[in-house]
Amino acid sequence: MSEQNKQTRGRHGHGAPEKSGRFGRQGGEDGPALEFALAGNQNSGKTTLFNQLTGARQHVGNFPGVTVDQKVGSIRGLRNVQVVDLPGIYSIRPFSAEERLTRDFILTQRPDALINIVDATNIERNLYLTLQLLELRIPTVLALNMMDELHKNGGSVDVAEMSRQLGIPVVPISASRGEGIQELIAQAQRVARERQLPERLDFCGPGPVHRCIHAVSHVIEDHAEQHRIPSRFAATKLIEGEPALARQLGLDDNELELIEHSVVEMEHDSGMERNEALADMRYAFIQGLRAAAVKKGDESRERRRSVAIDRVLTGKYTAIPIFLAVMLLIFWLTFNVIGAKLADWLAMGIDWLAAVVDGALTSFQMNPVVHSLIIDGVFAGVGSVLSFLPLIVVLFFFLSVLEDTGYMARIAFVMDKALRRIGLSGRSIVPMLLGFGCTVPAILATRTLSSRRDRHMTILLTPFMSCSAKIPIYALFAAAFFGGNSALVMLVLYALGIVLGVVTALVFKRTAFRGQSTPFIMELPNYRFPSAKSVAILLWEKARDFVQRAFTVIFLATLVIWFLQTFDTRFNPVADSSTSLLAGLGRLMTPLFAPLGFRDWRLTTSLISGLTAKEAVVSSLGVLMQVNMADLPRALQAMFTPLSAASYLVFVLLYTPCVASIAAMKKELESGWWTLAAVIGQCLLAWLAAWAAYVLGGLIL
Amino acid sequence: MTLDQLPLGREAVITRIGGVGPLRLRLLDMGLIPRTALTVHKTAPMGDPIEITLRGYSLTLRLEDARSVEVAPQ
Repeated sequence: MSEQNKQTRGRHGHGAPEKSGRFGRQGGEDGPALEFALAGNQNSGKTTLFNQLTGARQHVGNFPGVTVDQKVGSIRGLRNVQVVDLPGIYSIRPFSAEERLTRDFILTQRPDALINIVDATNIERNLYLTLQLLELRIPTVLALNMMDELHKNGGSVDVAEMSRQLGIPVVPISASRGEGIQELIAQAQRVARERQLPERLDFCGPGPVHRCIHAVSHVIEDHAEQHRIPSRFAATKLIEGEPALARQLGLDDNELELIEHSVVEMEHDSGMERNEALADMRYAFIQGLRAAAVKKGDESRERRRSVAIDRVLTGKYTAIPIFLAVMLLIFWLTFNVIGAKLADWLAMGIDWLAAVVDGALTSFQMNPVVHSLIIDGVFAGVGSVLSFLPLIVVLFFFLSVLEDTGYMARIAFVMDKALRRIGLSGRSIVPMLLGFGCTVPAILATRTLSSRRDRHMTILLTPFMSCSAKIPIYALFAAAFFGGNSALVMLVLYALGIVLGVVTALVFKRTAFRGQSTPFIMELPNYRFPSAKSVAILLWEKARDFVQRAFTVIFLATLVIWFLQTFDTRFNPVADSSTSLLAGLGRLMTPLFAPLGFRDWRLTTSLISGLTAKEAVVSSLGVLMQVNMADLPRALQAMFTPLSAASYLVFVLLYTPCVASIAAMKKELESGWWTLAAVIGQCLLAWLAAWAAYVLGGLIL
Repeated sequence: MTLDQLPLGREAVITRIGGVGPLRLRLLDMGLIPRTALTVHKTAPMGDPIEITLRGYSLTLRLEDARSVEVAPQ
């Protein structure tokens, strides 16, 4: 399916647009409601500024005509002024989803003002986006960020001159220190209330480019006005060659021919291809502006420090060992030290509460079914949701530090060559490695990938990395069937997961994700100290998101499993677990698994309960076989041959990880249908691989 | 000479941007246009991609994409 279709589906996955309440232009104590949009390059401090403007009061909004949910927050102290955080981009071409989103948002939502954040230490490339944003004809304020850094290194900016040349207010700020924020808000409110459009339209000197832009603007003026698209924006985009826009404007052949004629003339006169000529025009203006208004300091301290750090972190012999050491440290801290400790405390708290409630219900002589519902259903459900939470929060703490310091970009730089072979870029390595710990945060971590294609492909590949919750299953079976070789069995399974992941990636690369890779041309920002506030807000957001979105899914799944375990087909509570609905379902599905070599209904039943969490597979095997954990290996030996045990393990390795991961997948794929397809695909692949293992193994033995 | 062949640390000026489609536009948008000065700062441990500096910032790109950038060493 094409990129475009996926997006359309994604949009339909969400609820109704909530335009009315929030953006209704009603009066209030601060005057009429205003909506600002925040746009800028990646690494320009946009997120830091957004957090400064809004504090922790952020939520995800959903806008008609725009495909992705955007973060919205109300400005601190101003109840009815909202800011929408647009993605970090470098240009507004129609190729990447992020760039398309920005222009669609601005053109369809028409925010009251645009705040364009610009990194003062990297002014040339940042202003390139500014010049394109100004074509959209929205009241705009430029927030000149990182002024503290520029000053410290002996640089300065003539703000008045810059403002004069660009035709918009320019406010020097330092987002990380919170300087200049009040002035920025005041200016944004002012341009919004006064509807003060950018004063300058022309950034081209006299010459062929200028002539061409004016000729094209003239041809399309009426069409653009009719379709409410700024004509200057439409003109440059038509010169750059956007057939979709030409169709949207309803240009006829005659007009298209006129435009093409002007463009060819410009190419001939300037000696440059059309896109090159426009980029050159913008950069030439920016260089003039820089010469007049910016005094560049010495090579900045931050830059020198980054070069020094990179001697080690991206050094020829040190880069990869350090990267692996960092990942191992994060894993160890998350799964063995901090996360595990927090999870234990939470579990203890829940157990304690469950015991108290249990005692109370017993002394109250509560109906046993309700009793079981509360203890085995509700408490088990809440417990399994919350058990993920510490891991997610701790992992995201480390991830946001990696991202905010600038190390994540270096990881991508170092690992890119390895991942390119499977059609991804270096940026995908971190989410994939996290998959060995837990699929849920791994999928949520794909959010940092800049291209939608890479994000979706990484989400689909992550479950191939065998998660740590499957280890007890491997350990049990290895002990029961493969005696001394349990380490080898695990190694083979992990390797099998990786190999099948690579094969799947190669298939994806040639089918569903063919040829849409955005070029891997990425900025390496200077190393910076992460802001505690940004990290804290991100952690809060991820935790809240997870609880809100995963809670219902996991909770319902646990309740469904409880229901199926507790009742028989006549809805009477069961005394023996073999008569429950779940056992019936297991029996029903057993023929499906016969070709894989395991025919016992208890095995299929354990696989079904494994959908709530993989930890449940081992415990439900124990319950269903009515043996304690110590005797379980022996009991299993009666049901399996080593071959069918291997086939069972292959199935466990590959089938859908758990409902929490499905919830995460649905959130990040932004599509229920794609998620369903992924789940079916995973089960199908697991079945095929297990069957192949069983048949091939049988031939060899 | 194309950018992938430019020796480390040697300053050069862009003479032509080749490539087609998103690659070419991305290069232009990131400020790689004719007459821009740049140097190759570093090569990744596996030999690819490379890190270049231009317009006061660092950019990484793959060797195969760097082949689309023609440069004249200074």
